[in-house]
Amino acid sequence: MKIGVFICHCGENISSTVDCPRVADVCRTYTGVEYSVDYKYMCSDPGQNLIKDAIHKYNLDAIVVGSCSPHMHERTFRNAAVSAGINPFMVEIANLREHCSWVHDNIEAATRKAIELMRMAIEKVKRDKPLTKIKVPITKRVLVIGGGIAGIQAALDTANAGYEVVLVEKEPSIGGHMSQLSETFPTLDCSQCILTPRMVEVHQHPKIKLMTYSEVERVEGFIGNFKVTIKKKARHINEDKCSGCGMCITKCPIKKKAYNSFEEDLAFRPAVYVPFPQAIPNIPVIDETVCTYYKTGKCGMCVKVCDREAIDFGQKDTIHVADVGAIIVATGFKLYNIDKKSADSKYKGYGEYGYGKYRDVIDGLQFERIASASGPTSGEIKRPSDGRVPKKIAFIQCVGSRDDSKGISYCSKICCMYTAKQAMLYRHKVHDGEAYIFYMDIRAGGKMYEEFVRRAIEEDKVKYIRGRVSRIYEEDGKYIVKGEDTLAGMPVEIDADMVVLATAMIPQDGAESLARTIGIPYDKYGFFNEAHPKLRPVESTTAGVFLAGACQSPKDIPESVSMASAAASKAIILFANDTLEREPVVAKVNEDICAGCFYCMKVCPFGAVEVKDVKDINGIVYKEVAYINQGVCQGCGTCTATCLSKSIELAGFNNEEIFAEIAAL
Amino acid sequence: MKYGYFPGCSLTSSAKEYDISLRKVIDKLGISFDEINDWSCCGATSAHVTNHKLSTALAMRNIMLAEQQGLDNIIAPCAACYNRLIISQNEIGKHTGIRKETEDLLSVKFKKDVKVFNILELFLKSGLNKIIENRKRELSELKAACYYGCLLVRPAAITKFDDAEEPESMEKIVEATGADTVDWNYKTECCGAAHSIARRDIVVDLSKKIIDDAITHGANVMVVACPMCHTNLDMRQRAMKRKYPDHKEFPVLYLTELIGLSLGMDEKELGIDLHYTNFKYADTLLNNSAKG
Repeated sequence: MKIGVFICHCGENISSTVDCPRVADVCRTYTGVEYSVDYKYMCSDPGQNLIKDAIHKYNLDAIVVGSCSPHMHERTFRNAAVSAGINPFMVEIANLREHCSWVHDNIEAATRKAIELMRMAIEKVKRDKPLTKIKVPITKRVLVIGGGIAGIQAALDTANAGYEVVLVEKEPSIGGHMSQLSETFPTLDCSQCILTPRMVEVHQHPKIKLMTYSEVERVEGFIGNFKVTIKKKARHINEDKCSGCGMCITKCPIKKKAYNSFEEDLAFRPAVYVPFPQAIPNIPVIDETVCTYYKTGKCGMCVKVCDREAIDFGQKDTIHVADVGAIIVATGFKLYNIDKKSADSKYKGYGEYGYGKYRDVIDGLQFERIASASGPTSGEIKRPSDGRVPKKIAFIQCVGSRDDSKGISYCSKICCMYTAKQAMLYRHKVHDGEAYIFYMDIRAGGKMYEEFVRRAIEEDKVKYIRGRVSRIYEEDGKYIVKGEDTLAGMPVEIDADMVVLATAMIPQDGAESLARTIGIPYDKYGFFNEAHPKLRPVESTTAGVFLAGACQSPKDIPESVSMASAAASKAIILFANDTLEREPVVAKVNEDICAGCFYCMKVCPFGAVEVKDVKDINGIVYKEVAYINQGVCQGCGTCTATCLSKSIELAGFNNEEIFAEIAAL
Repeated sequence: MKYGYFPGCSLTSSAKEYDISLRKVIDKLGISFDEINDWSCCGATSAHVTNHKLSTALAMRNIMLAEQQGLDNIIAPCAACYNRLIISQNEIGKHTGIRKETEDLLSVKFKKDVKVFNILELFLKSGLNKIIENRKRELSELKAACYYGCLLVRPAAITKFDDAEEPESMEKIVEATGADTVDWNYKTECCGAAHSIARRDIVVDLSKKIIDDAITHGANVMVVACPMCHTNLDMRQRAMKRKYPDHKEFPVLYLTELIGLSLGMDEKELGIDLHYTNFKYADTLLNNSAKG
């Protein structure tokens, strides 16, 4: 074997503490080294040409580059080697910068260490074998989890690029939180008016398979080849027969037993219902928990009025399996329920604000429903307790957010804007009403956002008070909001008729268990983690799983939509090839000596180990061995180290190679 | 488990009845305790607003004495003492500089992690069942407004006990005595505290609001666990009456006095007669002691 050695000075980064020419000279004396040279910038074009020319001239089989970390330029040097006809895995990097020159100041000692590092790499490269990239086929279909605006956008973008989409939504209708909103900042256009056309488009799109009232149960496989199990919950309505006429809903005698969650519990709904009139699909759901039929076996009013015989009390949950190549997670958010008694177990709640105790102390989404033309008050601002028009509303920002003492440190980002909008809507609807907003800071970064807040203050005369609220209590039908005006340095008390709390955005229920099902990491709050906070914001660390919208962190509509389009394009980029190339640095089991203890299966962090039957000549299984799925294996080597019978080898880092390196030291 | 008892200055003077009732009640409930020998000022008010080093050293001196006496747990019934002790302990735990300075001043090395409890923690820890089992008197006609004031459960980051803004632990104890509690708004509002001396006008207004809110919400007695709060809410009612002629006398009890009543002790035994306001249910309740 003929080996070439290339020592880089990295400007002065290496050469200031390592005598590079001496290292090159010493390496030249080692057995197998045909050529050895040092150069100022090996990564530069002339540097790479030096490598390529040497490979041709000396007919080299392998090269060792003494340079910076392989994280930096391994790819560069491998590519140079490939263009000169050498297998990329016959290239070894000795890290003479981070591991040597940067951390030492004694030139003699550093030079000797550099020589040692080079000798190790040379011994390894002698035993390296050429490896070829693994090709994996791709199923060109996307699973989108969550049918809010982010999921809708991601589904439409992917489908419009010509790929099939399975859109799974756990609620009976798509639309998400955006369908509940009244008007949107900073333009004050009606949320439903801009959303519902998109919902209809999803419904009618030939490439999109819509699965509402469904949840993802299991995800197996790997990038390009996921197998997803979806549970479709029983609606107790035959979807093929139902025409969406709504007779069952109108005639259902159960009127006031269940809160309407779309109306944020400000209204009731019948036992059979669609969440809202523009629901997609417009097919009702029977709520077993309140329906008389499920309690007593009687009633059946809906059966009598349905002339299409669509009611099916016996309908069961069904399980569906879909093969997909990529997954876009867009499960969104919910609001922190600050009622101390029913607060999320992670958090303490705000008993001092009386939410849950006083009916007129409501959260932001409840106000959205009250302000919405389709809401329980038909858009008139009325108090939930007595239906009176409030003449004074106190809005409180940062309830839950930015408050370490209650468990959430982050800013929920959208509240400054939506509170300004809500105060503005209130002032537009109740001309003699007073709106007060308690705030910590106004964070109005975004196109036309600051202008919008100024408009609330200057044109709509919303009164902003900088300070926190310590307590809210009822006195003679008014809600006394006790707080502090930190600009005036005075305590303040507002006797409001209604209080609106901008409670924190937290991840949707079940986000953490879904993350575990899919195999993606999440932070301590339950928001899904992106692969890199700046450069890979829409990818999860699991290949082929992308993130969109508020499931990753609090986001407003434009940001969620941008992220959804970005996630969709990531999936489309993946689908641009018919097969997927993977690094061949994966573990392989020697089936002859594998004892079948499956310790490797227990330690593999990626679930890459499977059970394989070994059959004899007659096709009879005579033992079970471990099999490592090359598509899933990330080459971490944990199984290799764990294997008791030493029957697993990691390509590119096998025992012989590693021992040779150590022996050379 | 034995507690070191740190009475603090108030419990030997203006809040003598708090000390009297506390000793009687915990003795009855079988909670063993030793008074800390040679205890001194906790470093409250004048000390902690003028000299940080002195106030820390004063508080830590008492903890040091408990440690030397072989006590692992201290009860500090006065809310201000409790606050000074836990804050000083927290500071020397966090800042090695302050720790060294305090150790040098006291010529000791702190070894053990002595735990400081307030009065609420004491009763919750020792078990509310003990109170329930030893109940001798029916108190259900009492509608108590539990008043925490500012220091009893604060600062939340250090006390790590109850909810600083909407505490509920005193209600649990009061309910164990058989008395009823009311849901009211002013349980953590300021009573005016040490302004009682220089700015009585402020205290009269603030404390009056607290009493009025308790009455509005149906309370017929207020229960406190802080000598300062008691002074303002009880003693200042005369000044309230002068400023607000329609003010009606409202009884304010220490938590330990209420527990003592439920355990069958009488008004004099518990020092309730030392209050400025009359406990108007005393007669009916005392006659109503047939239960046990």
